Amino acid sequence: MITTFANALNTGMRRALEDDPKVVLMGEDIGRLGGVFRVTDTLQKDFGNNRVIDTPLAESGIIGTAFGMALRGLRPVCEIQFDGFVYPAFDQIVSQVAKIHYRTQGKVRAPITIRIPFGGGIGSVEHHSESPEAYFAHTAGLRVVSPSTPEDAYRLLRQSIACDDPVVFFEPKRRYWDKADLDFTALDADPLPMDRARIRRSGHDATLVAYGGMVATALTAAEIAAGEGHSLEVIDLRSLSPIDFDTIEESVRRTGRLIVTHEAPVFAGLGAEIAARIAERCFYYLEAPVLRVGGFDIPYPPAKLERHHMPDPDRILDAVDRTFAA
Amino acid sequence: MHNTTTRHDTGTNPYPVQLVQPDGRRVLDREHAALISDIGPAELRELYEDLVVTRRIDVEATALQRQGQLGLWAPLLGQEASQIGSARALHDDDYVFCSYREAGVAYCRGVDPTLITRLWRGVAHSCWDPDEINMTNPAIVVGSQGLHATGYAYAAHLEGAEIAVLTYFGDGASSQGDIAEALGFAATWSAPVVFFCQNNHWAISEPVEVQSQTPIVRRAYGYGIPGVQVDGNDVLAVLAVTRQAVARARAGGGPSFIEAITYRMGPHTTADDPTRYRSAAETELWKRRDPIDRMRRLLEREGLWDSDFERKVTERADAVGAAVRTATIDMPDPDPMQLFEHVYTTPHPLIAAERDEYSGYLADFEEGVRA
Repeated sequence: MITTFANALNTGMRRALEDDPKVVLMGEDIGRLGGVFRVTDTLQKDFGNNRVIDTPLAESGIIGTAFGMALRGLRPVCEIQFDGFVYPAFDQIVSQVAKIHYRTQGKVRAPITIRIPFGGGIGSVEHHSESPEAYFAHTAGLRVVSPSTPEDAYRLLRQSIACDDPVVFFEPKRRYWDKADLDFTALDADPLPMDRARIRRSGHDATLVAYGGMVATALTAAEIAAGEGHSLEVIDLRSLSPIDFDTIEESVRRTGRLIVTHEAPVFAGLGAEIAARIAERCFYYLEAPVLRVGGFDIPYPPAKLERHHMPDPDRILDAVDRTFAA
Repeated sequence: MHNTTTRHDTGTNPYPVQLVQPDGRRVLDREHAALISDIGPAELRELYEDLVVTRRIDVEATALQRQGQLGLWAPLLGQEASQIGSARALHDDDYVFCSYREAGVAYCRGVDPTLITRLWRGVAHSCWDPDEINMTNPAIVVGSQGLHATGYAYAAHLEGAEIAVLTYFGDGASSQGDIAEALGFAATWSAPVVFFCQNNHWAISEPVEVQSQTPIVRRAYGYGIPGVQVDGNDVLAVLAVTRQAVARARAGGGPSFIEAITYRMGPHTTADDPTRYRSAAETELWKRRDPIDRMRRLLEREGLWDSDFERKVTERADAVGAAVRTATIDMPDPDPMQLFEHVYTTPHPLIAAERDEYSGYLADFEEGVRA
């Protein structure tokens, strides 16, 4: 059936609620309203207030109580309404959720999924367009994923909810309205592991790594580059922690060139980690320095400036030109 | 049910609940005395033994730290009655979310005493298996556990389980946003959680006035949560008010708040020096309110004290203290490969690679030992 990215997420949660009585959804405005992006639309009506819980407006409270629920055996799926609102919950995520399994030497698990709409491109006000994924990828004990397509939105969310580790799930909000023709039952049977990257477009001249909302941008850039005679391989990371370095390495050994793009600021971002690892693992295969195309190292700018801040196909193509000029 | 509307719903009573005075005389308070009417001579003696054994565990651990056997210890000296009175009000299926100073509670929950110092020696980040005694491990981030208790209580409530969840925190933690959020969530959800604040007057060097300009218990009233102040050095009073709050939670009555007024007679931790911020006169004053002395005077007044009993209690404390000491000294350093265990529940390529690399690195040292 033709479905949107948002509806794929909704279906993922609906099926998780149906399959496992331990799954509960928690968040601000997720019940009666169905979420500010309608991602949880109709779920409270169908599953009741005790399984789809409108919480008080307190992010630390949402994650902290979800943690307590997990200790009692529940499997909470928490929504943080916007990326920039996650910071009040940072302590509970980093100090409690991420560490409890290690702290208790494996005796206690925190199978919590934390959904965060992230990234820019919707012309919103401050704190509504950020890309805080590096903070979480840096934290041992968390898994971090970000789907780029409706198909992966469904599959990765199902896998995240089923995962016994805590998962921070970054939803590229500007892709909520993207459409695809999906067979959800067939996706349930597809065994692609959640921590495996995917080659979205094959190529042999350079490797372009992206995730979340930037994958579609990277594919557009690759299409334009093809018209200019450069064959780009586009890798969709899907998992930001752990990162599937094997897939990137295998690609770079073939292409000799690597560009990483993300909306988040470049300094100490995921691109830096990928550049370092690839330099360690295939230095002698590289024909050019690894390049990063990301947000500037500034606070997220006002909406009228965000088109300059978010990498677009032209800025990626500028980096493509530079890698071939090297 | 006992009607305690006045003290619990408006908090207008200016005096903390007290059932035994420091000199060992009973206080006439029929309402609260009724809550402990089953506590006869045998039970009074058991409570006394709990207090003494708890103090022995604490003193032993402090000594072990001074002797270099522990990296750190957070003494509970002076807070024994708050801990024993509240912990003995709990049922086995109730669940405790503690702070880091509740060794006395852990003892009452039936912890193996040889596990109590594991965290403090630095061989692990936790002491015991929480589900074996229905009590979490020490929470180091102050106040964080209030939310965990609330979520756990709500999940139990959704299951239909008739249990109470009790969370311990201090006057310092009462300033944390997480405690405020926990009160709000607990009230909204009518969660069966008891917020047990041990107001021991000091958050390291900060007196309680830095945390609150009103009695801490009043914070609860704003959320519609009933609360009570209790003399935290009176084990019977603490037992009475905690039983009431636990019964209320188990019966579906929702959250409660207890502020136990006690005193941290020792340092915040063994790394602290209280002489830098409080007077000897203050410490002396609270020494005269010692919870164990009070219980002994009660037993003497009521003809329950004799040398046989005293010897028996001393022997029990000696045995537990010796178990703590021996177990601590005998704890081996963990194997280095434990560094990489249990970071995730499932295999993780980064951790696996680092473990293999570090294992190989260690193997390069002569006899596999790194200085």
